[in-house]
Amino acid sequence: MIVDKSGSPITATENIRPDTRHGVILYVEDVSVSFDGFKALNDMNLYINDGELRCLIGANGAGKTTLMDVITGKTRPDTGKINFGQQVDLLQLDEAEIARAGIGRKFQKPTVFEQLSVFENIELSLKGDKGIWTSLFHKLTGEQQDRIAEILHTIDLIQERNYPAGRLSHGQKQWLEIGMLLAANPRVLLVDEPVAGMTGQETERTAELLTSLAGEHSVVVVEHDMAFVRSIARTVTVLHQGSVLAEGSMSDIQSNPEVIQVYLGEEQG
Amino acid sequence: MATSSLISKSSGPLGKLSNLHVVIAVLLLATTYVSICNLMFAEGSLLHVSDYTVSLFGKYLCYALLALAVDLVWGYCGILSLGHGAFFTLGGYAMGMYLMRQIGDRGVYGNPELPDFMVFLNWTELPWYWMGSDSVIWMVVMVFLGPGLLAYVFGMLAFRSRVSGVYLSIMTQAVTYALMLAFFRNEMGFGGNNGLTDFKEIFGFSLQQPSTKLGLFIATAVILALAYCVCHYIVNSKMGRVVTAIRDAENRVRFVGYKPEDYKVWIYVVSALIAGLAGALYVPQVGIINPGEFSPLNSIEMVIWVAVGGRNSLYGALIGAIVVSYAKTRFTAIMPEAWLYALGGMFVLVTLLLPKGIAGFVPSIIAKFKGDVSQNDQPNSSTKNKAGEVKS
Repeated sequence: MIVDKSGSPITATENIRPDTRHGVILYVEDVSVSFDGFKALNDMNLYINDGELRCLIGANGAGKTTLMDVITGKTRPDTGKINFGQQVDLLQLDEAEIARAGIGRKFQKPTVFEQLSVFENIELSLKGDKGIWTSLFHKLTGEQQDRIAEILHTIDLIQERNYPAGRLSHGQKQWLEIGMLLAANPRVLLVDEPVAGMTGQETERTAELLTSLAGEHSVVVVEHDMAFVRSIARTVTVLHQGSVLAEGSMSDIQSNPEVIQVYLGEEQG
Repeated sequence: MATSSLISKSSGPLGKLSNLHVVIAVLLLATTYVSICNLMFAEGSLLHVSDYTVSLFGKYLCYALLALAVDLVWGYCGILSLGHGAFFTLGGYAMGMYLMRQIGDRGVYGNPELPDFMVFLNWTELPWYWMGSDSVIWMVVMVFLGPGLLAYVFGMLAFRSRVSGVYLSIMTQAVTYALMLAFFRNEMGFGGNNGLTDFKEIFGFSLQQPSTKLGLFIATAVILALAYCVCHYIVNSKMGRVVTAIRDAENRVRFVGYKPEDYKVWIYVVSALIAGLAGALYVPQVGIINPGEFSPLNSIEMVIWVAVGGRNSLYGALIGAIVVSYAKTRFTAIMPEAWLYALGGMFVLVTLLLPKGIAGFVPSIIAKFKGDVSQNDQPNSSTKNKAGEVKS
């Protein structure tokens, strides 16, 4: 593998293997973003370890979604550095390249391709060459068929595979989007509010699924549902006004006086 | 376990396949029928199809080809182009220039080298961009190069800058309008507002001959059938699914790892090539090409064809182009000044009553008769077929 320390742009995004010898897969360092003077992110520093499951919590406007936007290339930070592994500078890549490099994202509002079938949604998300000519002459291999079937089983949509995705329930769409993430087989999954609109049972299964993904993948979950966070969290990061306020296990966080004041305090009071 | 059913699904449901066969069969049968009736039955016979009608049908088929191009970008990729007339007309001009040079010394001024309008402007030699225009190869290259290049440059600029929606539509319209103004100028060297006309022959066949007209009609039908197959392949390939996904959720596509800009430029160029081809087939059949074809109104009419026929359906585009053009022929004969109102009215009615156009209306009627079971039934191949029909 070619490691480019000088930071010149890496173009062969298909083959990017982030250097995680230090155990960290995602480096967010001194990142600031402001919109019309409002500091959405304020010198944010965050390190995600390879294979961990991290929960991000914080009040509205704490910068959770902006952070995901910045990592996935949707928003360019004013200052700061974001690295994928040690060597890949994500600020050099655009959204599609970042996705192909191995950072997958689930949006807050479930976004699936409504006119396409569930099967086709997964098919389009499969890891592989995303170029024009490949798409034009693409034929699914048996291996890919099996992979799609496997994912459809995992997200429990095998029965609905030929339905247009637009006809699914809200919770099913959430699952489909998680399935699309699985198909891309990314190193890092950024999951924005995965259980919004889900029933208790669905929430429980989502928790199981996300927990099982950690290890092989690194999973970053943004969630408001504190019960859900409690059920999956190993490490929790609390964001407040665009910076990291506290980081630690759920019980550490819950006993942190600052956190109680700005976040949990609000919720309980 | 479920792998086998997955495979049968992804190789394309039968319903879609037979759609293609039906369209091609109908097209070729109709062409054969018209040809036979034109050749075999004498004038006065009930079954006779006049030369005029053959030319008219040829024109409709060119429009159908053009509608296919508009449907590809609008129906499937969500790019509402209000300037497809530009590609059509550029293709037409390339053909027109070739035909102009075939006139030779039979023009009014009898100049073997220069077309009449150049003699009239006191030009003494061909401008550089007319060099080689008397060769068939040059013509074929230009028919594709002109529209393709314009689409590529425009697409790169617009899509790379992520211009979309109504802004993009306005820009496409501005492009065709600008071209119209430019081509109206005599100094451009394309015949000014008279355009190119008075053609004598194509590939050595006299354009006045009924047999040449019939030949052009048949050629148009065959090319339309081929273009239909190409479009059918594209929209049913993974490319087609990516493009549909871009239409419905462009951002999601980006975060899945595709570059929507590249796909949009590609489909836009393909569409422009088809539109240019349609223009090239159109010119010898109507005998003239002038800057009026660039008019934004024409481009809007193309969009209405597709809306009436049913966007997101390839055969819908064909039906729409033919139905609306036929209505135009009839209507303008009775009361020409009311045609635009009728066109606008048609658009409003279709939008309100048949959002999926004619092609969406017919299958939904059939579905109603059978009773819509797709909502709660187990997803099986037959439901899929029905959904596929409505969708495609």
